[in-house]
Amino acid sequence: MFPMLRQILRNGIVTEPAPDADIALRVTAQRLSEAMLAQLGRALVIRHVDAGSCNACELEIHALNNPYYNLEALGIKFAASPRHADMLLVTGPVAKNMEIAVKRAYDATPEPRLVVAVGDCGCTGGIFGESYASCGRVANVIPVDVCIPGCPPTPLQLMQGILAALASDRKQAKHE
Amino acid sequence: MNHRTESSRMESQTPMQFLDQTIEFEALADHAVPTYAACVDEAELLAFCDAAHAGGRRIVALWGSDERNRETRLGFALHVAFDLAEGLVCLTLPLPAEAPTFPDLCTRFPAANRMQRAVMDMIGAHPASGDARSWLRHANWPADYYPLRSDAPDTQHATQNEEYAFVRVEGDGVHEVPVGPIHAGVIEPGHFRFSVMGENVLRLEQRLGWKHKGIERRFAGMSLGEGVRLAGRVSGDSTVAYAWAYSQAAEAIGAVAPPPRALWLRALLLERERIVNHLGDLGYLGNDVALAFGLMQFMRLKEDWVRLNARLFGHRFMMDRIVPGGVTVDLDDAGAHAIFTQCEALESELRTLKNIYDEHAGLQDRFLTTGRVTPQLAKLLGVIGLAGRASAQHWDLRCNHACAPYDQLTPRMAIERNGDVAARAQVRFTEIKESLHLIRKILREIPAGEVRCEVRSEADKRGLGWIEGWRGDILVAVETGADGKIRRCHCHDPSWQNWPALEHAVIDNIVPDFPLINKSFNLSYAGPDL
Repeated sequence: MFPMLRQILRNGIVTEPAPDADIALRVTAQRLSEAMLAQLGRALVIRHVDAGSCNACELEIHALNNPYYNLEALGIKFAASPRHADMLLVTGPVAKNMEIAVKRAYDATPEPRLVVAVGDCGCTGGIFGESYASCGRVANVIPVDVCIPGCPPTPLQLMQGILAALASDRKQAKHE
Repeated sequence: MNHRTESSRMESQTPMQFLDQTIEFEALADHAVPTYAACVDEAELLAFCDAAHAGGRRIVALWGSDERNRETRLGFALHVAFDLAEGLVCLTLPLPAEAPTFPDLCTRFPAANRMQRAVMDMIGAHPASGDARSWLRHANWPADYYPLRSDAPDTQHATQNEEYAFVRVEGDGVHEVPVGPIHAGVIEPGHFRFSVMGENVLRLEQRLGWKHKGIERRFAGMSLGEGVRLAGRVSGDSTVAYAWAYSQAAEAIGAVAPPPRALWLRALLLERERIVNHLGDLGYLGNDVALAFGLMQFMRLKEDWVRLNARLFGHRFMMDRIVPGGVTVDLDDAGAHAIFTQCEALESELRTLKNIYDEHAGLQDRFLTTGRVTPQLAKLLGVIGLAGRASAQHWDLRCNHACAPYDQLTPRMAIERNGDVAARAQVRFTEIKESLHLIRKILREIPAGEVRCEVRSEADKRGLGWIEGWRGDILVAVETGADGKIRRCHCHDPSWQNWPALEHAVIDNIVPDFPLINKSFNLSYAGPDL
């Protein structure tokens, strides 16, 4: 027990301030009302869906919960079931073999059912594109609210995109 | 300047024979690891398999190709690569254009099962007997559509639900637990079908291929230079290893040797990739036994590590840094100093954390004897790489077939005998330590000079690249067409061999230990799904 406590004390808290939302990443207008956004705050629950990525985006999504980015401290956490989620975080081009699974996960997610497409592949189909085996970008299969490009996007870019899904268009406009 | 000497080419003309077989092999010139190839008939292939099996050797990869549009008058071809003491040995079996079949090699090498089924799905050449279920095809394209045939159009077909013939376990109280393709955590998709009695797993059957996105077809028509980007995205956690293996293949085709400094830098990147992945796994192994402390500590160390990658090499996972002909990055004294300092810091923290893991009764209770693959079973199944070394299988290319600079770095192989979760964790600890040692050796001894040379493609040529990634050895086989562009590129992930071992490792363990056992292997879905 003591070596653990010593290690924790020695390293202290390394968490860095969270970045602001980058609403330029949003591909649709904010669907949630001001009242709803105020109610939701940052109490967001995410279900990650790998639709056919190379696994690099997953490495960066893992990093979101490391002590530096500490996403959970913002109130944002990952759930095991789409039924418990407000948001689907979808990586990869959608492989044909994953098309039905992705649609089912989307159908199982309750409203507001935000969808964030992650990485160049999720945004455009990327290097894999569309083929006999790939449906291409996520928006070809389910409606998408936010696109976070990058190969893979960094944890900071991921946070900016996830927060963009929760940001009000109006507040941001006032802010500018 | 960089073209290899004429004498090494002369040498490569002499035919070679292996394992007391009469097959005459041609030594392929300009390969980083000695590589030999021969065309064989069915009887010769089977006899060679028997001899290789008897000699304790293993299959590295098995893949197919469409040869109908070439002058060679072959229909299709089956390629089987073996790891022999002398190097990489590739046998090619020509198959007829009509109703191509090939002998089932599973009786000698069980690991061939899924690779054979992938050949069936991709080019329509069938194993003559044995398992005939589709592997990469999930009913989302017609059964008579073979994507790697040169005359198959690249069109999408209607998506359908598949009825896969899982092996059923029957009896009083046996029930099935289906899991996936979408799993409960942030992980890749796959389907696991457990047959369970009470808490205990009687049987696990995997159904993979969900991430198949047509990579091999995508390669066709790319230039040698373009292909490396795609190779680096077969499995993102092994991007360095894939890019290096691909570049070796491209350099063999172009008959060039990269400058020595480039090779040393590649080894630096590869060992950094090994450490990053091992750190992440050790953290998640702690997490899976409810030691969140372990996850947080190791994830912090991993983040420090990838941040230095970003600072020195411009990318957190070092994607696209290795290219045919060399590397796109270099290292100055300040960079080398930063890595030295980081290695010292990591080594000290690792010692602390290893002691904590070793002394933690709850963790040890969950790790020890869980998910055991005995050395005998590992040998039978052909388990390789990290998981193989945790079950006393002495496979590590860096030691067995050391290409430059590993021939000068002389790494020590990490071997454990127990084959349980604890052994796979221990191999990771040992390998991080050894990689830290190698990195410091690289920084001290790296030669000066250029880091990149030009690679020009040659028409109708083949090259094979073979690199020990953090999971195991990765093979990339590239063939160019008459236009010098890629005709066929096959990337082989070590997870092909190791996934079946996981099915055995969980037998008689309890269902709640599956995530832990799975994590201790941490196999790739994207890599073999292609």
